[in-house]
Amino acid sequence: MSQAVHKNRTLIAAIGDEDTVTGLLLAGIGDIDAHQRANFVVVDSKTTQEQIEEAFTSFTKRKDVAIVLINQHIADDIRGILDEYSAAFPTVLEIPSKDHPYDPTKDSVLKRVQLLFGD
Amino acid sequence: MAAVRDNVFPTRMNLTVTKTRLKGAQTGHSLLKRKSEALTTRFRVIVRKIEDAKLKMGKVMQNASFSLAEVAYITGDISYQVRESAKHATFKVAAKQENVSGVLLPAFEADVQSGAGQFELTGLGRGGQQIQKARSVYITAVKTLVELASLQTAFVILDEVIKLTNRRVNAIEYVIIPRIENTVSYINSELDEQDREEFYRLKKIQGKKKERAAVALKDSEEKARQAAEDGKLHGDNDEGTRDILAEHVDEDIIF
Repeated sequence: MSQAVHKNRTLIAAIGDEDTVTGLLLAGIGDIDAHQRANFVVVDSKTTQEQIEEAFTSFTKRKDVAIVLINQHIADDIRGILDEYSAAFPTVLEIPSKDHPYDPTKDSVLKRVQLLFGD
Repeated sequence: MAAVRDNVFPTRMNLTVTKTRLKGAQTGHSLLKRKSEALTTRFRVIVRKIEDAKLKMGKVMQNASFSLAEVAYITGDISYQVRESAKHATFKVAAKQENVSGVLLPAFEADVQSGAGQFELTGLGRGGQQIQKARSVYITAVKTLVELASLQTAFVILDEVIKLTNRRVNAIEYVIIPRIENTVSYINSELDEQDREEFYRLKKIQGKKKERAAVALKDSEEKARQAAEDGKLHGDNDEGTRDILAEHVDEDIIF
């Protein structure tokens, strides 16, 4: 857990529906790096599960991404991979969207919490 | 199950060495246990904070969505424009380390570079003010999200460290200390047996000495009697001849 590894992680990635991503981009998190890779992916009704999984995996593998924001209803689509993901960096945060309010029972991280303190 | 113990020679020095090791292991065990408890307390605090923060985040994101809806109402759909003009992130995070009871936990800080230049052209037609408002609302929202992400990272890392520490505590308690205790009792039993052997040997030697002394005494008495009888037969001029060597039996010298 060396400090040097984390200094380069500065970006916030986003996987969400159009409105969520637009809002986040307005805040200024959008970035397109030298390899033409964007740190945001808009998911609509035409996006397949493999595409979502691929976006998630590529974001979590990147060394410059610190946080990955993902809408909860999209997270549900890739719940399997999400539950297996247990690395500390980048952090995966599930956020609600306009149509789907936040549901704590589905959140992967909170589920791990329940596992520990379920008794 | 056979008692597991270390392979050492059963000497007194090894006994003291092993006893010192036992002491060390017991101290280490209690220290680690205390560390684990401190971390678990800190962990619970973080968990509670996370739960609260997540609920707050739900509300914050909702506010932000409303402001975006206002923008859409006034300006129309700006999403395409926004997506195209996103080139470099002005909202980044800076990582810093915090020491929490011996564990280095990372924390994220929102790093907003004022560079509104990206979206200058957006909303030029109308609704520029709404867009700016939506922008600031979303910046606040993302700042909350960054805090939440920090908490979550701390949670994940602490979780692992606690599991590791507990594993070590259990290892010491159920594997290492019994091993050392078995070694101590083995050395003690070997030393006791050596003492017993020593004692038995000494007793045996004493017994043998006594036997030999008794036999020798009988021999010398026998010889003395013989000499006396011989003396009577050969007359009195043999009084002077005494076998001094046979009279005095030397004791065995045992070191």
